[in-house]
Amino acid sequence: MAGKTLFDKIWEKHVVTTIPDGPDVFYIDVQYIHEVTSPQAFDGLRKRGIPVFNTKQIVATPDHNVPTLEQHLPIKNDLSRKQVDQLIKNCADFGIELYGLNHPFQGIVHVVGPELGITKPGMTMVCGDSHTSTHGAFGCIAFGIGTSEVEQVLATQCLLQNKPKRMRINIDGALHKGVYSKDIILYLIAKLTAGGGTGYFIEFAGSAIRSLSMEARMTICNMSIEMGARGGLIAPDDITFNYVKGREFAPKGDDFDAAVAEWKKLFSDADAEFDAEFSYDAADITPMITYGTNPGMGIKISENVPNSKDISDVKERESFDKSLEYMGFHSGDKLIGKPVNYVFVGSCTNARIEDFRIVAEVVKGRQKAANVKAYIVPGSKQVEKQIYAEGIDKVLEAAGFQIRQPGCSACLAMNDDKVPAGEYCVSTSNRNFEGRQGPGARTLLASPATAAATAINGYITDVRELI
Amino acid sequence: MEKFISLTSTAVPLSIENIDTDQIIPARFLKATTRDGFGENLFRDWRYNADNTPKDFVLNDKKYSGKILAAGKNFGCGSSREHAAWAIHDAGFKVVVSSFFADIFKNNALNNGLLPITVSSDFLKKIFTAIDADPKAEIKVDLENQIIQIVSSGEKESFEINAYKKTCMINGYDNIDYLLSINDKIKEYEAKRTIA
Ligand code: SF4
Repeated sequence: MAGKTLFDKIWEKHVVTTIPDGPDVFYIDVQYIHEVTSPQAFDGLRKRGIPVFNTKQIVATPDHNVPTLEQHLPIKNDLSRKQVDQLIKNCADFGIELYGLNHPFQGIVHVVGPELGITKPGMTMVCGDSHTSTHGAFGCIAFGIGTSEVEQVLATQCLLQNKPKRMRINIDGALHKGVYSKDIILYLIAKLTAGGGTGYFIEFAGSAIRSLSMEARMTICNMSIEMGARGGLIAPDDITFNYVKGREFAPKGDDFDAAVAEWKKLFSDADAEFDAEFSYDAADITPMITYGTNPGMGIKISENVPNSKDISDVKERESFDKSLEYMGFHSGDKLIGKPVNYVFVGSCTNARIEDFRIVAEVVKGRQKAANVKAYIVPGSKQVEKQIYAEGIDKVLEAAGFQIRQPGCSACLAMNDDKVPAGEYCVSTSNRNFEGRQGPGARTLLASPATAAATAINGYITDVRELI
Repeated sequence: MEKFISLTSTAVPLSIENIDTDQIIPARFLKATTRDGFGENLFRDWRYNADNTPKDFVLNDKKYSGKILAAGKNFGCGSSREHAAWAIHDAGFKVVVSSFFADIFKNNALNNGLLPITVSSDFLKKIFTAIDADPKAEIKVDLENQIIQIVSSGEKESFEINAYKKTCMINGYDNIDYLLSINDKIKEYEAKRTIA
């Protein structure tokens, strides 16, 4: 009999029972909650007159709607304020832990969970948010769900799930200087397309992945959803254990050692079988950037926009042309050197402390271009605190940047942080969909280093020129 | 949840590929705390200019109507927002046909009585061709027998649906009812559970 994959091992441990000819009843260890996708779920509980099944396994924080300036003041936008207030009320009514706006643990839910040690290897985790896949970096099965499912987990701590297929992507070798985990994932999505992972859970493996920090691993798992995958995961190792150790909610002392002994069993057996497998060479990856309106439309930054004529399928070509028209690009355009007036460093993809260290390294001793308006938004209060503790604030401010307060911000522009119609924004977030950063906004996804280099020059820049 | 057994209707053709949930319902409309009223803002930025004047878009074209939305491949990719399924349902659609759906969207649709039907890309082309030829072309969906048919030409294809989901759709059951009924089993599991 073939061995088991990491995914199988965690999955099997969480099956409560299986419906004949139907899905598994799948147990969820932790559910994260934010203000946008939860109100209707709590309403559902009220209508049914039932409590939350297990309040201790739920953590809430507002992130999508929150302003990133003057967070101590009441939220100005009525609807946003109402939604955040509703979260406060729901958590109070149902007895759920809330890291509210003025709490030292507030932030983007996918930054908060890991940094507090709530996310731990071997767990199952969900959130009404597709980027829940982020937590897979710890060797978890973590995925996004809809509001009806949020309600199911609140009511029963379980979900009905059909087991997805398993894919493994191996990346071996050493990364070039100036190439980061964001480039790895943009490269993979460009290769496999925005729908290439649909139906799969993806394990990322290989020496290049093993060498990454936890922050960098989270960036990769975060964007596994942009290939259509349910989620991504990486086997935990010493880098994982050392990251978890000592964090607020991590096990302590003997408990920690006992946990590590268990976590060490979390890997794919040598003879495990995957439903699909791909391998790439880290040396082939360079800084990446997207030119279109889905994350699969990415190229090496030095390449030109692909030619629409090379696409044989008519519908596909029409979609491609529509995308380029929205972006204001043409087949064959060179991206390096294109003026850019907006830069966003933030989001659950790239707003951890390491990301700001990288930005600081690039901008140190330089000045941002006068035409650039930059949103620099830490992923959480903890990250914000560390930015100041490490003096990164001084470097950024000397370069002309303003550091804002934590939240999703211009990643989806539900607050005031919007990119105006027609403007380009080099963004460290995860989606370049039409209007994602504001109606008419044109998003180019890239690494924090590429974003920083672009902010310095005021036009799209290959960061390797600056480091 | 509403029951769904079968349906014959005209369809609205949206042959664009990779339609993401940010297009279906842009983030700025996600601030509501109830499930209703999202239909108004379905495909908002494709339907209206910034000054609210209508754009040239199928949903604004009186030629097309019906309870079926036929869309290009990889429909519903992107965010997990169930608001996308609510908006489509709220706008009067009961079925979405595509050659490929994003996973979370598919689940969300099924949880809201909106039937996502995956057809072959050939059959999808035939649907678009039929509507091109006659905007009033009818499509018949028979969930019981898992068959979708273009009424005028009689061309049909069978489609897959998970047996459990099918039972739920046909009977209008939802998952919570089921999960609540096995509460004891869940408690039993929990008592034996070890973290990690
Ligand atoms: S930062 Fe962006 S992608 Fe991440 S949770 Fe917030 S809105 Fe979603």
